[in-house]
This record gives sequence, structure tokens and C-alpha cells, in this order.
Amino acid sequence: MKTVLFFILFSIVGLLHGHAQIQIQGTLKAYNHGQKLFPLSGAKVSWLNNKDSVLTDIEGKFKILTSPSSNRLVVHYSNFRNDTLLVNRPNLGLLILKPEIELQEVVISKDNSSVQRSLFDVQNVVTVDSREMLKAACCNLSESFETNPAVDVNIADAITGTKQIQMLGLNSPYLLITQDNIPSTRGASSAHGLSFIPGNWIESIQITKGMGSVVNGYESISGQINTTLRQPLTDQQFFLNLYGNNFARFELNSRWNTFLTNKLSTGIFFHANTRMARVDDNNDGFLDTPLSEQINLMNRWQYGDPNSGWISFLNWQYLRDHKQTGEMHFDKNSDKLSTEHWGSEHDSDRFDISSKVGYVFADLPYQSIGLQMAYTYHKQDAYYGLRTYDIQQSSFYGNLIFSSIIGSTMHKYKTGINYMADNYKERLNSSPLDRRENSMGAFFEYTYSDLDKFSMVAGIRFDIHNHLDGFFSPRLHLRYAIWDKGALRASIGRGKRSAKILAENQKLFNSSREILIENSNASAYGLQPEIAWNYGLSFTQKLYLNKRLMVLSADFYRTQFENQVVVDWETPTEISFYNLEGKSYSNSFQIDLSYELIQNLQLRATYKRYQVKTDYKAAKLDKPLQPKHRFFSNLSYQTVRSPIGKQWRFDTTIHWQGEQRIPRSNLDLFTNSFGTYSPSYVLLNAQITRVLSNTFELYIGGENITNYAQKEPIIASNNPFGPNFDASMNYAPVLSGVYYIGFRYKLN
Amino acid sequence: MKLRLILMICLISFSLSAQDKNKNETILVEANCQMCQKRIEKAAIKVKGVKYASWDIPSNQLTLIYNENKTNLKDIQSAIAEVGHDTKEYIAEEASYQNLPPCCLYRDPTTKEMDHH
Repeated sequence: MKTVLFFILFSIVGLLHGHAQIQIQGTLKAYNHGQKLFPLSGAKVSWLNNKDSVLTDIEGKFKILTSPSSNRLVVHYSNFRNDTLLVNRPNLGLLILKPEIELQEVVISKDNSSVQRSLFDVQNVVTVDSREMLKAACCNLSESFETNPAVDVNIADAITGTKQIQMLGLNSPYLLITQDNIPSTRGASSAHGLSFIPGNWIESIQITKGMGSVVNGYESISGQINTTLRQPLTDQQFFLNLYGNNFARFELNSRWNTFLTNKLSTGIFFHANTRMARVDDNNDGFLDTPLSEQINLMNRWQYGDPNSGWISFLNWQYLRDHKQTGEMHFDKNSDKLSTEHWGSEHDSDRFDISSKVGYVFADLPYQSIGLQMAYTYHKQDAYYGLRTYDIQQSSFYGNLIFSSIIGSTMHKYKTGINYMADNYKERLNSSPLDRRENSMGAFFEYTYSDLDKFSMVAGIRFDIHNHLDGFFSPRLHLRYAIWDKGALRASIGRGKRSAKILAENQKLFNSSREILIENSNASAYGLQPEIAWNYGLSFTQKLYLNKRLMVLSADFYRTQFENQVVVDWETPTEISFYNLEGKSYSNSFQIDLSYELIQNLQLRATYKRYQVKTDYKAAKLDKPLQPKHRFFSNLSYQTVRSPIGKQWRFDTTIHWQGEQRIPRSNLDLFTNSFGTYSPSYVLLNAQITRVLSNTFELYIGGENITNYAQKEPIIASNNPFGPNFDASMNYAPVLSGVYYIGFRYKLN
Repeated sequence: MKLRLILMICLISFSLSAQDKNKNETILVEANCQMCQKRIEKAAIKVKGVKYASWDIPSNQLTLIYNENKTNLKDIQSAIAEVGHDTKEYIAEEASYQNLPPCCLYRDPTTKEMDHH
């Protein structure tokens, strides 16, 4: 027995070391991501220093004859570490290979600033993206500019709390406001229209200072604001936002997008807000902020086929907005249009439908043709104390644009025709002010770029308008890169428009002022069209200081009116509109700095100087309620996003407004017959956002947290039906200490 | 008046695109980065007769549209070689190649990984 055992042992050892070959076998496996074993088939198994190899079978098994030259097996399988095994038994059993340790790709990324100023655009354009919208949490388009120095936000009056925007010292009607490049907020909606676009719907805003392009019309004088709304093709699948503040204002925003085919997608955007609390913190007997409800619904359709070159958009929107303001004890059912209590109600209904169809020529990527069409119906019924004001506007807009090149893409042009028709039904205290306006125009815009230092956009359009007659609007923009990362720009152009004096100055209704319109023999309210030249220079320099980007820019613009409809507030019991006799101009100087102080701590600072003067009947005066100096600073910090998306974001904005001229009121005891100057003041807003994951974030913030409010925002609030009542002389917020909380949920 | 305007615009657009004989072509141009892209496109578009030039970074393909009566692929490739980039038919001279910024020296494969501005 012993000998038999010995023999067997001997023969095995002898077989392994001797010349006779026996078969060695084993099974090769590895762990997958789920930490489960799986067989490695097709792995190479060979003896060390010997090229002959066998492959493992589908179960990871292999068989190999012993080799005289080596007792070490090498196992090779791509993406796994080679293994060398000492063979000391015929069946090696289970062998586990380890994967090659491979670092996952490391992505180093840096977000662009949420406010971008290009060095290459010919026009002075500031692009504000959706991240900036988040900084003003309860925000519609007009409020979104509060964290942004390019546009000034003022409060129009002490009763409705409407925010009015300005650029270059001129009110919003002098701006061309477009939505996806189709004129939107104009005419009847010019006073409140910007509050009809919820911030959460906006993808980006392009703010052009100075004369805009001729493609979109002749009306722009001080600039253009274009909002690009979220596009179903690229937007999140689902978005929900709820917001509430300490003055019982609640907001709901939601977007839902879906692909119907890989070329067609649709989105439904919904917004609702309400303010239910009667607030009178300053004890003047008047609501500090209106009671309001709004429902806003939009449906967007987007079609894009890159192969055929067709793209198209269809958009419809319905809005209903109701506001009630006035005295705290005003009851709309019993006190409407009575002298019991002063009250006001404002009802807006709006329906918009717009479409765009574009075709990029096959094989000619630089040539395209596009058609934009829009129809808007806007109806506003309102009363203010004993005054009633109703306006209805139905508008049609059509624009056909052909773009191509001359010779090469260094010379591009756009040309086309457009048509615009507005039908107004306006009633002031039941007396009709109806009118119809229509215009037809053609434009040609040439763009040259030397692909390096110099570029230019030269445009001209000719329009025939039933009230403004035929007229040319020339516009020129130049850009020159004087040195590395430095761009100098210049622009000049002419704009013309007919003023919709009542709709654009609705804040006057919040007063007892008598409305006087001085007639000449022209048509729109008997007033001449407004004509202005605007020209300006701007300089932008980018540089790396301490390896962090700094952007410095300065610009100067001047708007000079050939004719203007002067809005004269200088007589305390009157507001009068008349054609300019003499001069009217606005000079604006702005200097901006943007710098990343330390990693992810971004500073923006702006100083603005305005000089806005008009020859009024009484004298040459500064525009009322226009600060001469403004200072703005925004500081934002965000922590680095964790792999699952966690992040903190902090944001704070300071506004300093210089003194503003307030026209004389009858109650004034001032010696200066042209009124007085308001004190300068500071507003502070702050916000903290906690991102909990890629889908959910919470935010909390405060507006006007230093509690600066105008002490007596309403003149003669104790006698609202008397001749001196005036809530239109508002230079500072009425509300102070607005604190809010909200969340955002998004699903990609 | 309105009609005359429309006619005028139509005439302009047609006269601008009428007599040309367009050729679409895609060629390989050796290069690395965005800086190269700008240089290649600029060199190509400045050749008289070239209407459109677009170079794609990942594929290194240059898409060209040019008027066959005014230029040909050889002229375009030679213009690109002059600014330092190799094409199938033209190899850039060493002097113009060495003029490129360090990150654009595409003949050295390690430059692809470099920091491109």
C-alpha cells in the first residue's frame, strides 16, 4: 500500500517535472459591477516564455498541456491585469482575474458667468441666462432685471406696484421688447406686459443697448430686449416651482415637455400667482400692494428636421390677470366708482398665437428663409376711483426674412418685408379714442466680418405707415478689436414711433391729475410721431488677473429727440402731453466690472450716470423720478457641486439710487418751484439656495431687507377724491422686508 | 410702391445667387483645436470663390462650398498649407508649420492633449 501511494505521488511529481505531459485545467472568472462572478471566455492562457496559447471556452474553462520549459502559466485578458500562476497541481480550480485599475474620466469644468458680454458681437449685447433668473426668486421678466445692471427697474406708482423698466434713461416704450424675436410687449400691454412673462419660462435674455437691428422693425430707440423662452426640444421634461412670501403672495410655475416623434416636441407651460393679504404697513389707509390673481398658460410646439432643413415653431398663450388696489376698506361690490372709498380694479385678458417657419437650403448652409407671424388680442378693463379706462388691441405681425451671402460668408445679408397692423379700441371715461395703425416695410441688413478685428452691421429699412407716412430708418453698428481681448464698438441709428400716451403712462390714473392733450393736426391723439437718433460708443476689455477672468466695460450713449411727446407732470393738478418744442435728450454713461474674486465668488459692480433733460413748457428740467447716479453690486458664491448634485448658492445684490427730482405738488412748502429732490437710498436683496440633488432645490431669500420704504408714497391719501391726490410720485419701494421661500423640482 | 419694394428685394436675392456654379466638397485638414479651426476657416474663406468653409474638430473635416468657375480644391488646399496645415495634396512647409502656436503643432500627437485656448 505504501509503495502504491509512493508511486502515485512520485509519478505525479515526475509528470509535472519530467518530460511526460499531462493536462492542466482551470476556470477563469472575474467579478462584474454587481460583484457577481462571470466566466471570462476567450482569455489567452500560455506558459511563461512560450508563445503557444490556448483560449478559455464559453464557461471560462481551459486545458493546457504541461510544458518542459516553464511551470508558470500566464493568463491574459484585455482590460484585466495579466496574472502569472505557479502550477503545482493538475486542476488549478477557480482563478479570478482582477480588472485593470482604470481611473474614470476626470471632467474639469467651469461654468460661464450667468451674465455674458461678448467681445465678438457687433452690437453691445449682454446675454443673461436662466441662472440669473433664479436670483430674483419671485420673478417675472420685469423683476428679473433687479439683479442685473443693464436695465433699470423702477416702481411706477404707489398703488399698483407695477415695475417699470428703463434703459439709457428712457422708459420701456422706447425699447423694442421681443419674445423669440417677435415684438411682444407694445401698445396696450406696454405698462404691464413684462409681468406677463414668468421668469421660469425664460431660457435667456439678450439686452442690446442702443439701436437694435432693422430686421425687427423701426420702433426701437434706446435698445432691444429679446427673451428666448424655454424650448421643448432642449428643456427639462418636467419642472415645478412653488413660492410663497410673507405678504401672502404665492406662485406656481410648471413646465412639462415631451417628444412626440424625434423631430416634433411640445411643451405646456403654466403659471399662476395670487396675493391675498391686505397689507398696509405705512398706515396711509391704502393697500401697499395689490390683491391679485393671474393665470398664464402657454403651449409650444417645436419641429426640427436637420436633414431636410425645415424648422418650425408654433406657440399660443392665454393670460388672465386681475388686480384690485386702493383703500384698505374698499369693497369692489359696493364701492366701485363711488366716492365711498377710492378703489381700482384692473382686468387683463390676453391671447397670443405666433409661429415661425424656417428653411435652411440644402447644400447651402448659409442661406435660409424664414417667416414669422403673430396675432395678439389684448383687452384691459380698468377703473381708478371715478375714472374708467378700457383698451383693446388686436395686432397682426408678419415678417419674411431671407438671409444669404454675397460672395462668401464674410459678407452676409438679411432682407425681407414685414407687415404690422394694430387695431385699438380705447375708452377714457367712455369717450372713444379708437384708431387703426398699419405699416408695411422692407429692410436690408448687411453684415461684414474680416474674421479677425473688424466687423460691421449696416441696415436700412423703409416703412409706410398710415399715420407716420413713409420714412427710412438707417442703423449702423461697428466693432473693432483694438488689441487682445479688447473690443471697441460704436452704433448710430434712427427710430420712429407713435406714442400710445395713455397706455404707456397708466400710472397717471392713480392721481386726480387732469389729463390734457394738446392737439396739433397730426393723427395719433393729435400728436406728432416721436423721432429720435441714438448713438453711442462702448469698450469691453477682458483680462486674466491672478488667472481669473475680469471683464471691464464702459459705454456712453446719447439719445436725441427730433420730436417727442412730452409728458409734463410739472403742474400739480395736471398731466399734459404735447409735442416737443426745443430740445430733449438723454445721456447715459455706464461702467461695469465683473471679476471672480476667489474661486466661485463672483463680483459684479456697476456705476451709472444719467443726464435726461427736456424742454418743458415751464423750463428745461431733469426728467422726474430719474436718479442721476446709480450704483449696483452683486456678489454671488456657490460651492462646488458634489457628485450627486449637492450645492449651496449664495447671492446678494445692493442697489444705491441717487437723488431723484420730484415735481412740485400743491402740498409742498418748498421754495423751489420745480419741486424737490428725493433722498438717495440703498436696497439690499439676498438669497440662499440649497441644491439637494440634481432634481430638487430649496431657496429662501429677502428683498429690501434693510427696510427702506418711501414714507408717504401717496400725496393727500386722506382725501383721495380731492384735487391733490397723487400716487404717481413714487421714488422708492412701498413694501419693505419681503421674505420668501420656495422650491424647484426638475426632471430631466 | 409696396410692389416695387418686393420686386426689388426679389431681384437682389436672385441676382446674387444666379450665375454661380456651386461645388460642395469635404476634405481632411490636419489640425487640433479651436484656434486651428479659426485659422483654417479664415484661410479657406479668403480664397476668392470660396463661399463657405467650416472645419469640424473631432473629425478634422473641412466642409467647403465654392464657385468652380473661380477656384478649385488645389488652390484652397495650398492656401491652407500656407498657414501651416496639411491636407492630402499639400503638406505645409516646415517654416509655416513651426509658426503655429505650440498647442496647434498637430504633427506631434501629444499636442492634442495640450491646453487649447
